[in-house]
Amino acid sequence: MTVPRWVFAVAGLGAVFVLLPLVAMALRVNWTEFVPLISSESSVAALLLSLRTSLAATALCVVFGVPMALVLARTDFWGQKVLRSLVLLPLVLPPVVGGIALLYTFGRRGLLGQTFGLLGIEIAFSTTAVVIAQTFVALPFLVLSLEGALRTVGSRYEAVGATLGASPTTVLRRITLPLVLPAVLSGAVLSFARALGEFGATLTFAGSLQGTTRTLPLEIYLQRETDPDTAVALSLVLVVVAVVIVSLAHRTGEPSRRRARALS
Amino acid sequence: MARVTRSLATAFVIGLTLTGCGSATPSPTGSAAALGGDITVYAAASLQGTFTELAASFEAANPGTTVVLNFAGSSALVTQIIEGAPADVFASADTDNMARLTDAALGDGEPVDFATNVLTIAVPPGNPAGITDLTDLTRPDVRLVACAPEVPCGAAAETVAASAGVTLSPVSEESSVTDVLGKVTSGEADAGLVYVTDVAAAGAAVEGIEFAEAASAVNTYPIVPVTGSASADVARAFVDYVTGSGGAAVLRAAGFGAA
Repeated sequence: MTVPRWVFAVAGLGAVFVLLPLVAMALRVNWTEFVPLISSESSVAALLLSLRTSLAATALCVVFGVPMALVLARTDFWGQKVLRSLVLLPLVLPPVVGGIALLYTFGRRGLLGQTFGLLGIEIAFSTTAVVIAQTFVALPFLVLSLEGALRTVGSRYEAVGATLGASPTTVLRRITLPLVLPAVLSGAVLSFARALGEFGATLTFAGSLQGTTRTLPLEIYLQRETDPDTAVALSLVLVVVAVVIVSLAHRTGEPSRRRARALS
Repeated sequence: MARVTRSLATAFVIGLTLTGCGSATPSPTGSAAALGGDITVYAAASLQGTFTELAASFEAANPGTTVVLNFAGSSALVTQIIEGAPADVFASADTDNMARLTDAALGDGEPVDFATNVLTIAVPPGNPAGITDLTDLTRPDVRLVACAPEVPCGAAAETVAASAGVTLSPVSEESSVTDVLGKVTSGEADAGLVYVTDVAAAGAAVEGIEFAEAASAVNTYPIVPVTGSASADVARAFVDYVTGSGGAAVLRAAGFGAA
């Protein structure tokens, strides 16, 4: 189709709306002090902690999200629709609400917290709490993108494999997963990005301590109080990381769409 | 030495001389000319309870005026005002943030100190960790939550620790006193360092434990009208009201000290 000209105009306005704030922020960066600002001890600690916890959260998202997407895409059972909406809830929930819910689950006086306490596991104020919060908010991203890919790919190859005598696990390992691998990767990258930006649930549930629970967004929030220059510099770092991640996700996501089209 | 009180407000009122108007109900400002207009008051988060009450009684005493309140951390509020937010009055929880406003030439006249606040130890009801004073907070089994040194309540925590000669190692350093209180009321932390007024406002959700070294870090609250107000006379009247006897009565009742 030929896109009408006025669509370009509105699309351009939309793009400016998204990009202008980023430009405005970049203009406020104190470039002469940029490197010292982002390489201070607390900044580096926050960045490393963010990368570490986001990687762990992404691994958990893959471990739990892939089976969840498979169940949602390949099976049919009573209440599945309701279950899907509930599983995707963290997508629309304000992160603070997620943090409060996690607190009442894993907190010292929470539903599971007391059991963990008896086992000698303390979750509150630990790096584990950060990973839990990040996994909670990032999991739907992987489930959602993978479930869509599974549905687009369809189950014809899987059916053929099964008639040739392959066990369900063999079908999963040899046919389904290789087919949707690009979607798993792009879903994982999106989950990583979401985990990296996690703020509200972490602040509510995990607390804020340098090197243990103070991730990059929390460090930015704190520095904003006294040192706006550092806050802006670190924000720019986070934006750059996010841009790299989003472009990565796009690149890995492309082949899956192309392959899906070829298959359908 | 230390004393557990359910509401520190009571303890704080004792020994403080209430000025002229001793009644808890604030009296009208007494300005002869009728005031009219809307003002927006940017006030520190810790003033939420008292300023909500004061704004209502100010409006009642001055029909035709409307006071819109905006509460947040003092630092965030100053940043917003400097960036052009439409504030008519600014009430800060510390003098440093007020200095940022006056340095930007946005204060209409000299700021007036109208209240003080000191730190106290907040513990969950029943005090499960058996905290009695500041040195108990250094025990390895006590999970202490405080503010980060970057924010006023955290700076105050460092000062009191230094004057007591102890080193605090909190399990979490929060950005606001509200977050510290939340960790205590939810039972996640065994103790938190917050302001006496926070404990008073939290009611039965926490218990407060006074300690002598708190006096080494007294936080002063200044207030000033912001320049360029469309209702400068109302803004000035509100500042006079808060710094006057009526304001003092409400603030003292909430646990604030006299400036």
